Amino acid sequence: MSSCAHNGMEDRLDRLAEDLAQAFDESGCSVERSCGEVTLVVPVAKMSDIALRLRDDEQFAFEELIDVCGVDYSAYGQSEWQTDAAPNSGFGRGVTSLGELELMESNRFAAVYHLLSITHNTRVRLRVFVDTEQPIVASMVPVWPSADWFEREAFDLYGILFDGHPDLRRILTDYGFIGHPFRKDFPLIGQVEMRYDPNLKRVIYEPVSIDPRTLVPRVTRDDNRYLNEDGAMQEAGDA
Amino acid sequence: MPEIHNYTLNFGPQHPAAHGVLRLVLEMDGEVIERADPHIGLLHRATEKLAESKPYNQTIPYMDRLDYVSMMCNEHGYVRAIEKLLGIEVPVRAQYIRTLFDEITRILNHLMWLGTHALDVGAMTMFLYAFREREDLFDVYEAVSGARMHAAYYRPGGVYRDLPEQMPQYQASQWVTGRDVEVRNEARQGSLLDFIEDFSNRFPGLIDEYETLLTDNRIWKQRTVGIGVVSPERALQLGFTGPMLRGSGIAWDLRKKQSYAAYDQVEFDIPVGKNGDCYDRYLVRVEEMRQSNRIIKQCIDWLRANPGPVMLDDNKIVAPTRNEMKEDMEGLIHHFKLFTEGYCPPVGEAYAAVEAPKGEFGCYIISDGANKPYRLKIRAPGFPHLAAMDEMVKGHMLADVVAVIGTMDVVFGEIDR
Repeated sequence: MSSCAHNGMEDRLDRLAEDLAQAFDESGCSVERSCGEVTLVVPVAKMSDIALRLRDDEQFAFEELIDVCGVDYSAYGQSEWQTDAAPNSGFGRGVTSLGELELMESNRFAAVYHLLSITHNTRVRLRVFVDTEQPIVASMVPVWPSADWFEREAFDLYGILFDGHPDLRRILTDYGFIGHPFRKDFPLIGQVEMRYDPNLKRVIYEPVSIDPRTLVPRVTRDDNRYLNEDGAMQEAGDA
Repeated sequence: MPEIHNYTLNFGPQHPAAHGVLRLVLEMDGEVIERADPHIGLLHRATEKLAESKPYNQTIPYMDRLDYVSMMCNEHGYVRAIEKLLGIEVPVRAQYIRTLFDEITRILNHLMWLGTHALDVGAMTMFLYAFREREDLFDVYEAVSGARMHAAYYRPGGVYRDLPEQMPQYQASQWVTGRDVEVRNEARQGSLLDFIEDFSNRFPGLIDEYETLLTDNRIWKQRTVGIGVVSPERALQLGFTGPMLRGSGIAWDLRKKQSYAAYDQVEFDIPVGKNGDCYDRYLVRVEEMRQSNRIIKQCIDWLRANPGPVMLDDNKIVAPTRNEMKEDMEGLIHHFKLFTEGYCPPVGEAYAAVEAPKGEFGCYIISDGANKPYRLKIRAPGFPHLAAMDEMVKGHMLADVVAVIGTMDVVFGEIDR
């Protein structure tokens, strides 16, 4: 796996993964290591404390928050092409379900943070699953001020609420927009369309007039190149 | 008469100095900015959501349209994330071609930035000079991909095709005839690499021209020195990357620190600013153009000496050549499968970043084993930069807002996505 290995990066990340496991195991975190990257899954209640320690502790020193994004896991591993249900008319091929990630119905959303340490030249990813009904997680603005707009974006697109954010407004969508457009249950074509009405002499919104359609079905396959010797699927990047 | 202190000024979204569709709501005390509130999203096209409904390769052209002045760097970030997921290694020649084109793109971007920034601040000539050179580089894009801007040239596993042996030439037309055509075609007699080499020989002299116009220019200095100062600590806290971070004095460059493509094989330096103001960031970017030129020269030499494949040999991921597709039944089926269904990377997630001209451009892909990404997040460098707008202009005059927008090098294609 040389594409990820540069300047002893792999060794550094192995060490980082060990340090993270040692420091945060008792807080209920788990460390994942794949594809030349380290992921720390953080319980939502502990986010603030862990973030502070990641920033201030010398051995981590993650000074920079590179990115925050929301994820909606509600359709994870599902395919659009349910061929089993229509064996006589469809193409009965290749659909299997993959349940790699243990998902709970109550934790539909996740906030994912990417951190960068200039001092140690390492990166880490934090993943926090938040409650489906009350998607609230502590805001990282007091820890890393760059979280400001990123959290506004995650709120706008996914409806994740960041507790303690100074100014949690919508950022990318239109003024007066309703809904959170990147959620998996929000249609790709949107809910409303806009046009100028010459009679009313103003711009009006009305329900979309086109039908949603799938040009390329979503297919999940067990690609035999990614099977291990014992037949189990490999992790990404382990080719 | 009652004294009016604060008032609100609406700047944009259709303003030539807003570099696109930025709406700024400025709270002013006289001519001094008290608070700036950028309203973005007017160019929001939901690229990330669109990517979720398309096979991986069909999203590459969307990448060109994010930061539409540094097209190939965006593609590079995206294909690198896919390659990381698939665990594939790109042929060396493709790595060098990518390095070459990343640097050409950097020059394209910095020329655009330099021209418009200077134009905003009041130096008209710079704009004309910068666009003259951009024209040549667009021809390079066109020669290699067929498109002057939106190339879609990088593909997972390499690049679409090798560099052409013959640089396309101008033909006589109603407007350009005889001697003029010959002059235009002078540098285009050989291969594409010859043309790029000719450019890279001319370019340092051209940068000197720009510098004569600006670097010691009294008005330029009055407008940029001490404007929009960001300390190194603050720059890190605000999530700055690229020239914005280096202008504040932090020598951080992904090409060196977390090297990718062939950057560990070429020599170049990282310019660093001292004061963190608009003038230092100008100096950093101008020096970056010189360094890019240096990298381009090294890539040309290597590419001349080392022919080889530019695409991975893996039929599961890489499409067949046009000839195979037209003449061979298996090739046709293969082509059909790849362009209808695409390929399915294994379950997992990957974040890959490149040093785009504006800073760190990253793509975070979550795959659930399907032929489409489950989630694609694009980390645009301009986004946190613009978020710091309020801090950078507070206490400055209205005219300095334009200088600060210029120095951030904002492009709304990537900020709004």
